[in-house]
Amino acid sequence: MATSIFGSGIRRREDPRLITGAATYTDDLSLPDMVHAAMLRSPHAHARITRIDTSRAKKAPGVVAVFAGAEIDALQAMPCAWLLPNSNLKVATYRCGACDVVRYVGDIVGVVVAETPYQAQDALELVDVDYEPLPVVTDPVSANKPGAPQLHPDVPNNEAFHWTVGGGDIDAAFKNAELVVKERIVQQRLIPNAMEPRAALAQWKGASGELTLWNTTQNPHILRFLCSVVTGVSEDKLRVIAPEVGGGFGSKIAAYPADFITVFCARKLNRPVKWTESRRENYQATTHGRDHVQEIELAAKKDGTILGLRATVWAGMGAYLSTAAPGIPTILHGLMLSGVYKLPALKEDVHGVYTNTTPVEAYRGAGRPEATFMIERMMDKLAAELKMDPAELRLKNMIPRFENGHSVVTGLSYDSGDYPAGLKKLLAHVKYQELRKEQADARKKGRYLGIGLATYVEICGLGPSQVAGAIGFQGGLWESAIVRFHPTGKVHVFIGASPHGQGEETTFAQIVASEIGVDVGDVKVFHGDTDVTPMGWGTYGSRTTAVGGAALVFATRKVKEKAKIIAAHLLEAAVEDIEYGDGKFAVKGSPDKAKTIQEIALMAHVAWNMPKDVEAGLEASMFYDPPNFTFPYGSHLAVVEVDTETGQVDLKRYVALDDCGPQINPVIVEGQVHGGVVQGVGQALWEEAVYDENGQLLTGSMVDYALPRADLLPNIEVLSTVTPSPHHPLGLKGIGEAGTIASTAAVYNAVLDAVAPLGVKTLQMPMTPERVWRAMQQAQGRA
Amino acid sequence: MKVPVTVTVNGRRYARDVEPRLLLVHFIRDLGGITGTKIGCDTSQCGACTVLLDGVAVRSCTCLAVQADGSAVTTIEGLAENGKLHPLQEAFWNKHGLQCGFCTPGMILAAHELLRTKPKPTDEEIRAGLEGNMCRCTGYHNIVRSVREAAGAMAGR
Repeated sequence: MATSIFGSGIRRREDPRLITGAATYTDDLSLPDMVHAAMLRSPHAHARITRIDTSRAKKAPGVVAVFAGAEIDALQAMPCAWLLPNSNLKVATYRCGACDVVRYVGDIVGVVVAETPYQAQDALELVDVDYEPLPVVTDPVSANKPGAPQLHPDVPNNEAFHWTVGGGDIDAAFKNAELVVKERIVQQRLIPNAMEPRAALAQWKGASGELTLWNTTQNPHILRFLCSVVTGVSEDKLRVIAPEVGGGFGSKIAAYPADFITVFCARKLNRPVKWTESRRENYQATTHGRDHVQEIELAAKKDGTILGLRATVWAGMGAYLSTAAPGIPTILHGLMLSGVYKLPALKEDVHGVYTNTTPVEAYRGAGRPEATFMIERMMDKLAAELKMDPAELRLKNMIPRFENGHSVVTGLSYDSGDYPAGLKKLLAHVKYQELRKEQADARKKGRYLGIGLATYVEICGLGPSQVAGAIGFQGGLWESAIVRFHPTGKVHVFIGASPHGQGEETTFAQIVASEIGVDVGDVKVFHGDTDVTPMGWGTYGSRTTAVGGAALVFATRKVKEKAKIIAAHLLEAAVEDIEYGDGKFAVKGSPDKAKTIQEIALMAHVAWNMPKDVEAGLEASMFYDPPNFTFPYGSHLAVVEVDTETGQVDLKRYVALDDCGPQINPVIVEGQVHGGVVQGVGQALWEEAVYDENGQLLTGSMVDYALPRADLLPNIEVLSTVTPSPHHPLGLKGIGEAGTIASTAAVYNAVLDAVAPLGVKTLQMPMTPERVWRAMQQAQGRA
Repeated sequence: MKVPVTVTVNGRRYARDVEPRLLLVHFIRDLGGITGTKIGCDTSQCGACTVLLDGVAVRSCTCLAVQADGSAVTTIEGLAENGKLHPLQEAFWNKHGLQCGFCTPGMILAAHELLRTKPKPTDEEIRAGLEGNMCRCTGYHNIVRSVREAAGAMAGR
């Protein structure tokens, strides 16, 4: 039955092209007369360019053009699109091509265009650049101190912004505290590692002044807008297409200099120009994530009641502010610091700091994993101090069930939740008490098992545009959908968001099928082309279903209303007497007198017999601006075993319980959880972007940067509860980032739980065997 | 300097003059439309470029086109026969073994190699067999399920 399509784990519509090699990603495209660009990138983290000579490169075989940074002057500076209010934000000039000073390894100083990619690479080596090295600083705490090497002339102490969040009486909280636990946490810098490297293909049509840019972007409409600003091509003549996009995880949100330089070259040369980054370039110059140093104090009573949390965070921003970067360690982080708990008072200071490193951006979870980690680490630390069970401490402090709004100390109003129910379900599933007993028994035998919990609530469904404006986001955050019926009752859906692996071609078809009774196979979803789809703000922050899905529901309902009017007319009944069910519009009480949606679609198109004042055709559009964010949540549990001889951590079991509201397609939801969890596990155990004191990225390839591998992971158990959002038409909340937000803390807490009996009090991520081993040695006085 | 090579790709013979340094993956992707084979890294770590060279899985980014001279290559485009998906392709579809799809061609061909050498692998053996293929979307969970299902389907053939 058509209506049961909602909630059904059907196979994805996207997959046939992806499993046969028929899908077209940006780098798969070729155009006649196309040439290839290669970016010349700085090998220095901080240096003055004293000379650049492109003459040898220009003579190399196949070379079409070489432009030094200063010659890429037709491009405006890179815009920063999240201008934090009340933060003294200093947006340093971010040129597309550096012409005087380079500020990170990977900063672009020129571009070579050649007939083949090999020739372009060869010629890069022939560009002669003289650099005068300048002092380098790579960590945000050092960079923020007086006397540190200064990156930008007008930014003292490299402080891009100082932002604060607070609520409640924090001084009273600490005055009344019966104990205070403190911790310093390094949320190490991570490299997103979408499997598809970034790429751009620009085609300039000189005669009409039109430009098409194919790009690996998560948000083609924002990119069109920014591309128009930077390149000067007017928006109506600019078409941005996100073809198949191979993952993003935040790293394909930003606009990048390389994309605009590709456009610049295409215009200059009047030939299509393609640029595809290598993985090495991706590591050097595609945005990174996290990079926080956090100092935290939690005030509590001896019975475990938490009273207040005070924190200072230094957030490394990289050498320049990427498109949305200022909002990540602030709005998306600080506002979520109270997590799922009744926290009466909070104060956080965030220093966003320029360093000689790759710019950071949103990375899966974007600020929320860093917030969740803080509170979840502190809860475990408090539990250890009080010798309380960590689950009991959490349950004691959790916000009780609420269905329609709960205000927290940061000023946000969570939409709905039953946090204790989720945690209790998780604990029951794993038989928590038995698990603890198993752990105790194992310890007697010299085996060190650890059990780690993390609960979380995240902010998704970004978000009300009025709020976006108030928090300095230079855009709206609504989404759009057009639902267009064709004469035979087949449906085309056009959405402004731009999925890149999440499966909305399937789940959005399920929404339409479920709303209006067409077969799911009769709905085709279009996205990712600014000439074809309505404006939308893109796919990130777990917002596509939460906001775009709502737009689609309302657009479909508009179609349904019109269909009802047509049905009433055809059936010679009053509109009020028409009721909809299972794809049919019938006269109340006479189910035989009915029209199917397909019959109505045909009549709406031939228009032989339309009701008075009703236009032909059957389509509707909706621009939906949500009244609030959505707040998915959950509780995760990890079980690890630590080899005390080697420090090796074995992740033995992982159980995720998430509540994202009703699930359109539970198989896809599970897939999102699996992938998210493993990305967070990667931060806990393996991943770290390491710079040396000269600002060289030591983890500059997949050889050195340890990504999660199949053989290092267990199967993941996925549970759920369903608490609808009161303000989404279907109650949907979002699931894309949930796994990542919880899993880093869950695994960290598990590893520390395993080695705590040896006296280990803290660990540094990633918890590599060496680090765990050293921590154990130190705790045992064998350092 | 260019040298002549002849490589059969998915049953069709291609004779080209190539630079000796040309990587097999670029050779294939530049033939015109056979772009299912992906390039995910420069260091033979990610496995996205995996193809079958005379039936054996290799990384086409670590193999020169001249080394493939006279050989037969199967890419993801050549796996389905007579319009019928290979059991691995079916299984990846059935078990949601892919999300963004970029690692998928290499993952499926690496799994093909695994099942060629070990037709009835345990989950642990599947994980060990695919440890050289990176996926950032799935957390590998559903890839393991997919390969398990394909092994079952192929055993029944």
